Amino acid sequence: MTRISEEQVRHVAHLARLAVTDEEVHTFTEQLDAIITFAEQLNELDTSNVQPTSHVLNMKNVLRKDESAPGLDREEVLKNAPDQQDGQIRVPSIIE
Amino acid sequence: MSLFDHKLTEIQSMIERKEVSIPDLVDESFKRIAAVDGDVKAFLALDEEHARKQAEEAQAAGKTGILSGIPIGVKDNIVTKGLRTTAASQILHNFDPIYDATVVNKLREAGTITVGKLNMDEFAMGSSTENSSFQKTRNPWNLAHVPGGSSGGSAAAVAAGEVPFSLGSDTGGSIRQPASFCGVVGMKPTYGRVSRFGLIAFASSLDQIGPITRNVEDNAHLLEAIVGVDPYDSTSANVPAENFAAGLTGDIKGLRIAVPKEYLGEGVSEEVRQSVLAALKVLEGLGATWEEVSLPHSKYGVATYYLLASSEASSNLARFDGIRYGYRAEGAENLIDLYKKTRAEGFGDEVKRRIMLGTFALSSGYYDAYYKKAQQVRTLIKKDFEDVLENYDVIIGPTTPTPAFKIGEIIDDPLTMYANDILTIPVNLAGVPGISVPCGFAENGLPLGLQIIGRHFDEKNVYRVAHAYEQATDFHKEKPKL
Repeated sequence: MTRISEEQVRHVAHLARLAVTDEEVHTFTEQLDAIITFAEQLNELDTSNVQPTSHVLNMKNVLRKDESAPGLDREEVLKNAPDQQDGQIRVPSIIE
Repeated sequence: MSLFDHKLTEIQSMIERKEVSIPDLVDESFKRIAAVDGDVKAFLALDEEHARKQAEEAQAAGKTGILSGIPIGVKDNIVTKGLRTTAASQILHNFDPIYDATVVNKLREAGTITVGKLNMDEFAMGSSTENSSFQKTRNPWNLAHVPGGSSGGSAAAVAAGEVPFSLGSDTGGSIRQPASFCGVVGMKPTYGRVSRFGLIAFASSLDQIGPITRNVEDNAHLLEAIVGVDPYDSTSANVPAENFAAGLTGDIKGLRIAVPKEYLGEGVSEEVRQSVLAALKVLEGLGATWEEVSLPHSKYGVATYYLLASSEASSNLARFDGIRYGYRAEGAENLIDLYKKTRAEGFGDEVKRRIMLGTFALSSGYYDAYYKKAQQVRTLIKKDFEDVLENYDVIIGPTTPTPAFKIGEIIDDPLTMYANDILTIPVNLAGVPGISVPCGFAENGLPLGLQIIGRHFDEKNVYRVAHAYEQATDFHKEKPKL
């Protein structure tokens, strides 16, 4: 039984904002299917009473004073921007 | 003999006695890079002019600390202001950071001199450095073999004598595995020991920066310089810096060692197994005792890791969209198209595969079955380590199941590649510290590594054991012939 279909791979690629060729869809379907099948060995374990771990240290709500501080310099930031105009980053049109 | 064959304290005495200068050290580094990096291909970028200028200034200012004037290489996923930082990805091919990572700031305060940036698997995803978008680094011991990964450049550069020290990062073994493959010392500190601010994030709950060096004592000095809580990283732990090197007494009498049977079982090659058993004999000779234990959930480590790390990566790598920095695709019709084209052209195959896996595991309808399930198994793996470390001082096993494989040998088989990290991944999932130290050579002449794992924030003890073993053996004195 396959765990993942080509249709699902196209949907996931869209969610991940990745353009994929037909060939890539085919390869990813095979590879993800193998990896997910492998990952299903976790189902051997009964985890119904196990708390999930998202973070290993007993640490929560790290707070600091809400004080303003200088941010990054705009000219410096724009040096890495692929396209810019009038001190702002330029992107293709968003609204038709 | 190279200047870098001396340990740090010897180099500093030589500087004090004016036998060598800081510019000499930096010169040694660039000369060696010029001589061997054409073969090894460890460096992605050099900062020669700036480094030589810093060396002159440091020499004029006089010696200030134990690390002052020492050349260092930095893995290319750690941002360095004004020095190109790509994470070995096409999507950052033209990225010049506008601030320094916290570890880089700390190194500057300590006086080290950054000579360049080191190759890696793209975004630290890989175990061979073959996933770099720019070049394949080769193992200095045998150029047909991989250096390991993802910090392959960091380990190869130290092994080849191009720099005495480097920084790597370790998410599932990316410091320890290449250190093992290249016959050097690599430490993954406790999660939270070292600030991750300025480390280009892969899997935030697992990533940790650590030192790679030729010997244990130098490693301890370098770690001491980079630890500490950081207001810019809320997951950094408020645990004071320690003088790790002061604990290197050579005395391990009464040490209780746990040896997980899963670490010497199926999949681990016979020569690796024998090298670990021989190392345990050495440690017994020094007054330690060892017993076989079980980390029963070890075999689930790889699956747990690939679900969690890929999920976190799919979220962390969402920022690479072609808008604010890095590569931007040409000819996009609208914004969504721009994102999709930029990411399709900018990311390599392995990175795409993991983004896809992570996006799938986090997507509606699959989250509980894959992501949450993996988080629950992580709890069981962490508890395995906590249970064993309640009764033992350290856990010891191999770093990797085999010595370094050949370039191209397993690159097309993701699952076999992932299995390479079977002995290092559980350590990241549990968040405990682990070091790899040289423990012999395979029949084909490639180095083998011994992994020593300790309790949370007990790096001092891990270093003590690693150092005692190192001083009782001669493996760390061997060097590759280049």
